[in-house]
Amino acid sequence: MELRPSDEQQLLIESFAALYAKESPSERVRAAEPLGFDARLWEQLVEQGSLAMAVDEDQGGWGASVLDLALVAELHGRALGSAPLIEGQTACRLLARAGGGPAAGLLADALGGERLISVALRAPRDGVAGLVPAGAVATDVLALVGDRLVAVPTGDDRVVPENAGSMPLADVPVGDGVGVTLVEGPEAARLLDAALDDWLVLTAAALAGIAGRAVEIGVAYAAEREAFGQKIGSFQGVGHRLADCATRAAGAELLAREAAWSVAEHPARSAELAAMAFAFAAAAARDATDWSLHFHGGYGFMLEYDIQLYYRRARAWANVVLSPKAACRRVADLRYGRVGPR
Amino acid sequence: MMDFRLGEASDALRERFRPFLEEHMTRELEERLYRTGVNHDDGFTRALVEEGWMAPGWPVELGGQGLDPIEMLTVSEELSRADAPTYGIGTTLMVATVIRAVGTEAQQAAVIPRALAGEIIIVLGFTEPEAGSDVAAATTRAVRDGDEWVIDGQKMFTTNAQIGDYVFLLTRTNPDVPKHKGLTMFLVPMDQPGVEVQAVYTLSGERTNISYYNDVRVSDEWRIGGVDEGWATMTVALQAEHGAGFAASIARLLAATEAWAVEATDEEGRRRLDDPEVREALGRTAIDLEVSRLLQRRVAWMAETGLPLATEGPMSKLFSSEAIKERAQEMVELVGPDALRSYFDPTAPSHGMIEHLLRYSVGTTIYAGTSEIHRNMIAQRGLGLPRTR
Repeated sequence: MELRPSDEQQLLIESFAALYAKESPSERVRAAEPLGFDARLWEQLVEQGSLAMAVDEDQGGWGASVLDLALVAELHGRALGSAPLIEGQTACRLLARAGGGPAAGLLADALGGERLISVALRAPRDGVAGLVPAGAVATDVLALVGDRLVAVPTGDDRVVPENAGSMPLADVPVGDGVGVTLVEGPEAARLLDAALDDWLVLTAAALAGIAGRAVEIGVAYAAEREAFGQKIGSFQGVGHRLADCATRAAGAELLAREAAWSVAEHPARSAELAAMAFAFAAAAARDATDWSLHFHGGYGFMLEYDIQLYYRRARAWANVVLSPKAACRRVADLRYGRVGPR
Repeated sequence: MMDFRLGEASDALRERFRPFLEEHMTRELEERLYRTGVNHDDGFTRALVEEGWMAPGWPVELGGQGLDPIEMLTVSEELSRADAPTYGIGTTLMVATVIRAVGTEAQQAAVIPRALAGEIIIVLGFTEPEAGSDVAAATTRAVRDGDEWVIDGQKMFTTNAQIGDYVFLLTRTNPDVPKHKGLTMFLVPMDQPGVEVQAVYTLSGERTNISYYNDVRVSDEWRIGGVDEGWATMTVALQAEHGAGFAASIARLLAATEAWAVEATDEEGRRRLDDPEVREALGRTAIDLEVSRLLQRRVAWMAETGLPLATEGPMSKLFSSEAIKERAQEMVELVGPDALRSYFDPTAPSHGMIEHLLRYSVGTTIYAGTSEIHRNMIAQRGLGLPRTR
């Protein structure tokens, strides 16, 4: 057993931590709202190889492990990066698995920064992929239409709704006959399911990052703010909640890292662990942001304080694709098999 | 390279230990433990000693196997999985560990070989009627009389005192100094005038005791550690317990509910396992199990690696005990009326394990430090918050 990142991973963490410190301070997160996209941060992330990392070397990438990606995703969560890091990585990995001419071309463009490709992880309804993460800023969206995995160029017909998390979401029309077919048949659904696993495990890491950072913000405030002549952190009603949140944040980080590690090292469990990690990290981030905000008193409710940014992203990232409850049921599906038709 | 496996040595050890447990943890023994509420069995202990599993973490020259912390975790995971009677052994070895650290040569020679041979049972006398979580508030008095001490007082939850040979007693030797500075510890033989044991039955079915000490005389030779230095001795004892966790109980709850969900049907004949609500609860329980395991394994890995432990042990105990309590309650509500059927009802789902775990879970957030004590430790030592009051 070894729970410390390797020296190489430590360097990776340091380089991305420096990038986020420079390109994603809270002023920049605020400035990117309400759309929730910071073009310069995105440029820097692509330039630093965050997409190339996600793809094997023989496909033009750097072949980093999913665990490496998760360590970066934790930092992304801690900094609330206003850029579709995880969607971009998930789409690139999906294109790499799909193979074939059109997919290879799209992948090369994505890695080169010429296109921004996202993926609709939920089944479209009535010809529309709803609330596609990064759909508002993507040039192309990958979607499962019937039994076809298609790449759909986005256009003026997409609708960009304002939303709780200030995420660049869009309702994207993906009706019959639109876009280029990448894969057809049962393999298409299987590929999209694998993409969902990627997204779940990396988003779990990001949510663990949110939870950890929210605890730090709450602790810093509770150690400073006084009421009734004492630091509020000395009240058990405050300290005990923060201790619970810190415990869950630690568990969320361990589980997200285990799930990411298992992709290469214990693939038989990796899908189950991805869903587990997501559900647990979502709850940890939900509770940590809630209590941390609450302990700010009225200030926590003011938009001026950063904790509200974490509160909103925690909920948005945790519900935009698969709710934590649905993730628990996905765990059951993977353990016991899906419920068949009656 | 990061690695979440316990490793090959651990896997091999598990393979080596499992046949022992399969042979000795019989259904009959399980029922006897359940019926008596006594978490100790002489036959099982003898078998452990004979096959070298009594104190595998101890050095070979003292009768152990010299296992490292990860291997020890593996052994204790297997013992917990089998629900083996180890409580009496656990307290005995904890005290042996303390005596090895701070005891005199004569004390070590008298206690350690017999403890590791399973010949004696040592029980813990820390808690008092007015001193639970605040254990340093103990008022049991010890007064020096020549080469002896005279002890008067009362201890709560002296589990296994009815079969114990010695009690490891926390006493007050100086009432005139701050509470942590006037404590002294003794190893007191139970079989002597003035020691009385009264049974106490608990919600989990476990039998524990109140023990009384009236003018009990103990030689100064049985003082463990310095006079008025009992708190330092206690700290050694409490550290030996780091990293408790209840993953095995959560695993048992999960398995029991899974077995029920496969068998049971609703009014329309549908398998309960196919109910989305049941699936969500099982998924959530599997998640809590995974997190409990990770938090507990992290403690063993840190000990093995020599990393300083801060709040990892309290996090493991706090999380897993709160989780088993919450999930057991949830499972009872999910299963419905039949969940109320007890262990000895042959129609009870999963042998009544769900009902048993509900009652068992209640104690886990209380003993070995309440959740509040662990939260205090995490808030102060881990988060650096001011002392909570």
